[in-house]
Amino acid sequence: MYGDTSIQKPIEIVEPTSKEMAKLEELFQQKIEDDIKIEPQEWMPEAYRKTLVRQMSQHAHSEVIGMQPEGNWITRAPSLRRKVILLAKVQDEGGHGLYIYSAAETLGTSRAEMIEQLQTGKAKYSSIFNYPALTWADMGTIGWLVDGAAITNQVALSRCSYGPYSRAMIRICKEESFHQRQGYELLLSLSRGTQEQKEMLQESVNRFWWPSLMMFGPNDSDSPHSAQSMKWKIKRKSNDQLRQEFVDATVPQADFLGITLPDPDLKWNEERGHYDYGDIDWEEFNNVVKGNGPCNKQRVANHVKAHEEGAWVREAAAAYAEKQQKKQVA
Amino acid sequence: MTEEKNTTNKEWPLWEVFIRSKAGLDHKHCGSVHASDAEMALESARDVYTRRSEGISIWVVPSNAITASKPEDKESLFEPADNKIYRHPTFYDIPKEVGKM
Repeated sequence: MYGDTSIQKPIEIVEPTSKEMAKLEELFQQKIEDDIKIEPQEWMPEAYRKTLVRQMSQHAHSEVIGMQPEGNWITRAPSLRRKVILLAKVQDEGGHGLYIYSAAETLGTSRAEMIEQLQTGKAKYSSIFNYPALTWADMGTIGWLVDGAAITNQVALSRCSYGPYSRAMIRICKEESFHQRQGYELLLSLSRGTQEQKEMLQESVNRFWWPSLMMFGPNDSDSPHSAQSMKWKIKRKSNDQLRQEFVDATVPQADFLGITLPDPDLKWNEERGHYDYGDIDWEEFNNVVKGNGPCNKQRVANHVKAHEEGAWVREAAAAYAEKQQKKQVA
Repeated sequence: MTEEKNTTNKEWPLWEVFIRSKAGLDHKHCGSVHASDAEMALESARDVYTRRSEGISIWVVPSNAITASKPEDKESLFEPADNKIYRHPTFYDIPKEVGKM
């Protein structure tokens, strides 16, 4: 989940063990209340650090694993224009992963450690990337819905209390807008195309709508330890708040495309000033999170394979650097 | 874990990346990259941090070469400046008639 770690075991919050510790925690919380960003090396409660490491590494993993469903379509893009766009987008996702890994490393975790946790399944990534990209329309839908949901989350995260994470999010949000727009534009072309293209568009949206809503994580009522993240201002808005924002922004865009969203309960609620939407199938969500989604095994296996096949390059570069260094000394 | 695996898992050193966004501005810290040497660090920094004309010049510095002030020294280092208001131009009353100074 981008910014939601409530699917995992909660991180234990320990009561301060001494007066001194209690004082430090109080000062820390005061900074948070005053909207003063927390920077690396500063004192922070261990649980705050752990929560961030877990959330940021999951977020980075999501970006990197997210390269796979789209990367798979680069060679099959229908035009050179679409191909360069897709290439640039997939490269961005890799870049976003690196911004966040870099920010996470300021908390004292290592890149190798994070990668290992991803590859052994100890660390999760957004469940959305365990769904396959079956048609060309999916390239548009992923940009529009998946990146759209990610932006909603990440705009909120750019105000998060940890400086390096917040700065990485600001950077990412600037770039993510291109992702969503290119996706929507792709879908617009399909919506103005042949009957077959229109059907491809509708079918794709049918598959991605619910998984996109799941990206915001469990309902607030089932996300008990979000409260601590809100208190620490790691999270600035609740899962349901963000999900509602996303639905409200997306429904009119779906209308413009001339498609239907696969939810019979979706309708404008005049009184609330928001769209109502149906119940999410959390059983499916939990199942995918647990590793039983359509692509979980394949995604991680691909990552491991690329990592292992690149090992000789990493070794060679390290050996070369060492050799050069020795030459310089000599 | 085999011995071979240990060498492949040895991480490349970390480099801090600073970018000058345009002529006339300072280089500004923007993140870090892992690279085996300075040349690779520059190339990676270019790919990771300047995909949209964010820079015209890059510095990479081995992270372990940076000496940073400690957060706990913040008070002793920076607070003394807070009460030296006479270091600021607004501390001084100059009659209006004198004009802009």
